[in-house]
Amino acid sequence: MRRVAITHVAQSSGVESKESLMDFTYAINKEILDKAGLKREEVGCIIAGAADIFHSGLSCANAFDWDGIGAFLKEGSRAEESAFSFIYGCMRIMSGHFDTVLVTALVKGSENPDNDAITSFYGDPFYLRPVGLNESAVAAMQMRQYLERYGITEEQCAKVVVKNRGNALFNPYAHVKKRVSIKDVMDSERIYDPLKTLECSPKSDGVVAVLLASEKRARKLTGKPVWLTGYGSSMDHFIPGDRDLLNGQLKTAAARAYKMAGIRDPQKKIDVAEICEPYAFQELLWCEHLGICSEGQGGKLIDSGMTQMDGALPVNPSGGVLATNPYPARGLYRIAEAALQIKGQAGEHQVDKKVRTALAHSTHGFGGQCHSVVILSS
Amino acid sequence: MAKEYRTIRNDVALPYQWALGKTWTRFFDGLKEEQIWGTKCTHCSRTYVPARTFCPDCFTDRTEWVPVKPEGKIVSWTLVKATYHGQVKPPPYIIALIQLSGTDCGFHHFIGGVETENIKKLRQKLKKGAKVKAVWNPEKKADIYDIAYFAPVK
Repeated sequence: MRRVAITHVAQSSGVESKESLMDFTYAINKEILDKAGLKREEVGCIIAGAADIFHSGLSCANAFDWDGIGAFLKEGSRAEESAFSFIYGCMRIMSGHFDTVLVTALVKGSENPDNDAITSFYGDPFYLRPVGLNESAVAAMQMRQYLERYGITEEQCAKVVVKNRGNALFNPYAHVKKRVSIKDVMDSERIYDPLKTLECSPKSDGVVAVLLASEKRARKLTGKPVWLTGYGSSMDHFIPGDRDLLNGQLKTAAARAYKMAGIRDPQKKIDVAEICEPYAFQELLWCEHLGICSEGQGGKLIDSGMTQMDGALPVNPSGGVLATNPYPARGLYRIAEAALQIKGQAGEHQVDKKVRTALAHSTHGFGGQCHSVVILSS
Repeated sequence: MAKEYRTIRNDVALPYQWALGKTWTRFFDGLKEEQIWGTKCTHCSRTYVPARTFCPDCFTDRTEWVPVKPEGKIVSWTLVKATYHGQVKPPPYIIALIQLSGTDCGFHHFIGGVETENIKKLRQKLKKGAKVKAVWNPEKKADIYDIAYFAPVK
């Protein structure tokens, strides 16, 4: 297999955009091509990341999204989960079929119904949907189990919000920029007890583009290629009741990614992590499953300060999904942010250490039905 | 929903008609008779409810029908206060994950017959392992709402 690198990254702010979806898409794709000094015609292939049936009220988003991405008259495809778009793009280079692939994920959360309304449609119409399941309701039940099984406190979960919203203040692309205290989080309405409003991610706009290239091409396009060194994903059962919500498929996905990257001790080897945490406690639970701490130690992990911006293993220096949640694009945002940290181009939220290896994670579905782990290296 | 910039509102409503298939038809017909049906995999011996045509673990259809008692214990729950478009009912309401007796999975349904005002009392009443039983809807339509909700057993 050939090596594949991220050469360039472009992202929009998560703040509500007044532009139309197509224009909003165009701006970022034009930006990344200009950064790379490439003409649209010179890009080998395009993979989009969009879930426009529910997130835009459009069917077959390939049809609509293609023009704004600059993908017309080209080969390409789309995945709804943008971490999958990323790996499909990588595979087209690894296989030798293309030398450059543009991966773009997009959504205008400000234009569509609440995430709870949309994620209710994850459920089937006979059983899960009529009993009111949605992403937040399942996350709340998962959180209660997490608190009970391991003695994690609500305050420890709230600390994740304080950290990530604090980090977002230094990210020019973050959506919600407001410092919050543990008390603010604890006092916010219990919309899905034990989940509180401030522990749930917002709904954001976002276009993010990542340019991939083969080794030979990457070295011509940039002085700082970021290499894909590991990838793993895994899917759990559909019905949440069929699974142990505290022991899902992230461990499997991580094991696959670590094996490919040759990582034996993730806590030592990973310099920074961008983790998809639509609900605050999930950052702690996912850290356990990623091997950043051991089982049941997520609360102690946040207490230790290790995952703070200046800690030994910063988690979500960008502010994460709790600050910016362009739903189907959020996975590719994590990958783009991890790449920027390796390039040393994250700006004010660049971590204060040498970043050689970064981890990006994405999740989709009820209680983390699907997980992807990406390892990037300098 | 009024914005400071020009928008066009577009509501999409489309009719879908999903086939239940023979297993779920029998499951829902069972609810109409106040009977919950599960299936037991003859390979791994796990019992799933609602009934399944094939075992989600073994991926085999060597399953047998087993009647499931309309009672179980609380695994987890949430008190919903959020409001959103197309919500199944007006909040507050409780959604729970319940392990029905003799089954090896969680069953999703509402909890009813409890006061939701006092969260501390509610937590006490619905603590992990608390026993609950199905309360049947007097009007049945062979759907999941034939069970009105599960109520704590005193």
